Amino acid sequence: MRRSAHRGRLTLVFVVVTALMLTLLGRLWHLQVVTGPSYVKAATEARVRSVVLPPVRGQILDVNGRPLVANETKPQVSVDYMALIHQPDGGKDVLTRLAAALGRPYQEIADRARLCGRDVPRPCWPGSPYQPIVVADDVSVRTALWIAERQSEFPGVSTALRPVRTYPLGSAGAHMLGYLQPPSPDDPAGGRELIGRDGLEAEYDRELSGRTGIRQMAVDSTGKVTGLVREEAAVAGDTLVTSIDARVQETAERALARAVTAARKRGEPADSGAAVVLEAKTGRVTAIANYPTYDPGVWAEGISQRDYENLPLVSAAVQGQWPPGSTWKVTSTAAAAKAGYSLRASYDCPGGYKIGGRVFHNFESAELGRMDMHQALVVSCDTIFYRFAEKMWLRDGGLAPVKRPKDPMRAMAEEFGFGTATGVDLPHEAAGRVPGRAWKKANWERTRADSCRRAKTGYPEMTDRKRAAYLKAIAADNCRSGGVWWAGDAANFSIGQGDVLVTPLQLARGYAALANGGKVFSPRIGKRIVRPDGTVVRTITPPVVGKVGASRKTLRFIRDALADVPRSGTAAGAFDGYAFERLPIAGKTGTAEAYGRQDTSWFASFGPLKKPKYVVVVVVSQGGTGGSTAAPAAREIWEGIAALSHDRKKHKKDGRR
Amino acid sequence: MTALGPAPVRLPVGRATRRRSQALLALSPTWGLALPAAALSGIGLLLVWSATRNEPGSTLPQRQALSVGIGFVLMWAVSRIDLRVLRAYVPVLYLLGLAGLVAVLTPLGRTVNGSHAWIVFGDGFQFQPSEIAKAAMVLALATALGEPRDGERRPGAGAVLLALGLAALPVGLIALQPDYGTALVFLVVTVGVIAVSGAPKRWFAAFAAAGAAVLFLVWRLDLIRPYQLQRLMVLADPDADPMGMGYNATQARIAIGSGGLLGKGLFQGEQTAGHFVPEQHTDFIFTVAGEELGFVGAACVILLMLALLWRGLWIAAKSPTPFGTAVAGGVVCWLAFQTFVNVGMTMGLLPVAGLPLPFVSYGGSATISSLVAVGLLAAVNRRTRSPG
Repeated sequence: MRRSAHRGRLTLVFVVVTALMLTLLGRLWHLQVVTGPSYVKAATEARVRSVVLPPVRGQILDVNGRPLVANETKPQVSVDYMALIHQPDGGKDVLTRLAAALGRPYQEIADRARLCGRDVPRPCWPGSPYQPIVVADDVSVRTALWIAERQSEFPGVSTALRPVRTYPLGSAGAHMLGYLQPPSPDDPAGGRELIGRDGLEAEYDRELSGRTGIRQMAVDSTGKVTGLVREEAAVAGDTLVTSIDARVQETAERALARAVTAARKRGEPADSGAAVVLEAKTGRVTAIANYPTYDPGVWAEGISQRDYENLPLVSAAVQGQWPPGSTWKVTSTAAAAKAGYSLRASYDCPGGYKIGGRVFHNFESAELGRMDMHQALVVSCDTIFYRFAEKMWLRDGGLAPVKRPKDPMRAMAEEFGFGTATGVDLPHEAAGRVPGRAWKKANWERTRADSCRRAKTGYPEMTDRKRAAYLKAIAADNCRSGGVWWAGDAANFSIGQGDVLVTPLQLARGYAALANGGKVFSPRIGKRIVRPDGTVVRTITPPVVGKVGASRKTLRFIRDALADVPRSGTAAGAFDGYAFERLPIAGKTGTAEAYGRQDTSWFASFGPLKKPKYVVVVVVSQGGTGGSTAAPAAREIWEGIAALSHDRKKHKKDGRR
Repeated sequence: MTALGPAPVRLPVGRATRRRSQALLALSPTWGLALPAAALSGIGLLLVWSATRNEPGSTLPQRQALSVGIGFVLMWAVSRIDLRVLRAYVPVLYLLGLAGLVAVLTPLGRTVNGSHAWIVFGDGFQFQPSEIAKAAMVLALATALGEPRDGERRPGAGAVLLALGLAALPVGLIALQPDYGTALVFLVVTVGVIAVSGAPKRWFAAFAAAGAAVLFLVWRLDLIRPYQLQRLMVLADPDADPMGMGYNATQARIAIGSGGLLGKGLFQGEQTAGHFVPEQHTDFIFTVAGEELGFVGAACVILLMLALLWRGLWIAAKSPTPFGTAVAGGVVCWLAFQTFVNVGMTMGLLPVAGLPLPFVSYGGSATISSLVAVGLLAAVNRRTRSPG
């Protein structure tokens, strides 16, 4: 009886003991067999320390091999977390000395060296404890050397050189060159330290970035390296050789800045501007200058949110869009010739021309008398173009358009490449706008609801009551009816006003087509991708994307007419005293009006006359007339090019050899 | 009751066969104890060697080998002692054990790894009185509970209270060190021996109530120390603090988990070689088994222990005297609980507590006391074989 009581208790112990051991076996199975692989991975991570070997990013060079973007190394100081926590005081002593050496408060260094966690506020280290933690990246070479020489005083502290982008031209071409930023955390291609974010840096990021190397070292739990597991060397990025000429670029920047300053002195707002220089026969870009610009060096040191928001990051040359004004008459003239109007015939240029009950005026309502098209371009007569536009509009059926309107002016503008992005090797390019019947209708339908609302409520938020009333009337008009391509729209179109929009780069390639006999290029800044060892990976050629359907005779006629503009026409004042015999050029001014804004000042030009080599386009937004603001800047650029032509001839000879 | 023990005593076979099987049985209980103990000790030696292989000049494997040798000699010696003789000396042993625990609290004691549990003699010879006291304690409890008075089938209230009193002294002394892990082993052994001795069920209800009350008081009076609370929190989520309190637990799980089914091979463990798991040759020795021997090898360690425990229970069941049953049951509870806590802690089942894995962990006192415990089981078994 007693024995059985004992045995009952022993059975209980037996069951408990067996259950405990089986629990252990089950847990062991789960740990090693079910979830084993994930622990294998964790073990490798703990045991192998990977050090990323950043590649040297490729340079960006100008056409003569001068660096536009180069590299420089700056010292930075890192600490080894695993080495610090294994020190008796958790590294406090070392960090205190380090902070003193760097001239920083201890807390700042200690904060940057701690690991991020649930309850750890920033700054902290979000990465792996096995990666070197950067605690200071603006260290002088002297301080870095001083620390590096005292390894025994700074166990767990390392110094390294960090490559930094430098910009020998300063702010010149900043938008075109672009900048580098760390990848966003959700970027799938993340991991690399910096990626190209704008301009050429973004467009050629793959080629420039090279390949990141990795060094994997076996370490023990104290972080002591016990051997090399694997090393894959970094591959330096390729160099991008561009067609930019640093000297022309700098000249363009200077000329543009001066034009803006001069316009402001005359009381114009001159808020932004651009200058573009293209090779007329190849479509290569020689210079792209923007105003306002900024110093790209700000990206290298890390930038505050406020500074970032104030940076002028928009490139006026490829993202800015303005009505082209009279520079547009080149395409309208070509369209008129194609439509059967004689360019040599005599036309009347009255001060105003009445279309649909409204009088459209010349610039300053000038009465200019009778003239041929040559003279019409030189003095920039508008009324002749109004008449062409009205006649063409009527031929297409006017308000009751025929099924397939010919629209010669719009068609010619599109042949010159307007209305579509040029496809230049820069990001975020604007497409411009070539409006027509279809566009106007679609636009009206898109905005009709808003117009009807405004027709009722008016513009109570506006302080200018006169303007508010005007806008309200227009809104009422647009609500009732709209979307109709009036003769007036066609007239505005013919002189590059109204809803026409072009980018400076588009205008430059249009003038390149005029200069080269009709070839429309997709411009390119990049010229060659070259490996660090000098072998050429690929050559970049601007592709021909279109052909202007105007006869060679017509184009020659227009070129000849434009040759007189700087000599005796609207740009004569700006080119007074210019050495035409040295580098003869032709050009066209543009003064685009916009309601409520100052005129957009344009000058589009090419030269030399006989065999045009370059196209120079300058625009200053709200800069006044084309002749007063943009043309002088273009002249300065042309003079810069002329000064270089001697060098260039020599360079060409070298290239042939 | 048939579930108990690996072999039935009575076999429905012929006389000659029965004689032979009895001879086999006569041999097997001892071997059933000695073989698992020897296998575990041998595996332990290899693992200690592996865990310390990258420390030049380390003599830890040799020292452990010496401890195992001494342990086996003592085990053999204890197994030869007649239980009745042993019982006569229990008061002396118990007092010696207490004396050791008191000595630790005097200037003789030393602190090793945060526990003031050691006595050091001269150069490098040190021992842990609490380990030695375990055996004395089992014997004392068995003496108190294993002698029911005439006519009684189970220990009376007086015997149980005496046992609790006998247990309270060493538990209190150990808690002063403080070594709560070992104190917990003593408590579990006490409850185990009381249970095996057949004390009435109401006692266990009282123990449960007392335990709940203690937990409640600890919680309400904030008696728990921050580091102990953290150990518990880390158990729930080791990744909460992988570099701090959770470091041991995380690294131990990584080492074991990365071993997989077949392990990386003895002396091939990379986590072991890199010393990622602290205290790996002592309390975390099981991680070496997990990493290098894989599931197959680590499961063998657990199964060998289980075989030993089953044999111990079989011996307890076969013991003709309540004293023998109590001794064997106490030893089983001791080894089983310590194994469970140790292995469970390395695998993240239980909070980190400083208890060695019997036979396997490095440590002279613990190894010797575990082997002496096996010797006690063998001594009980000897009584079983030659009653009277």
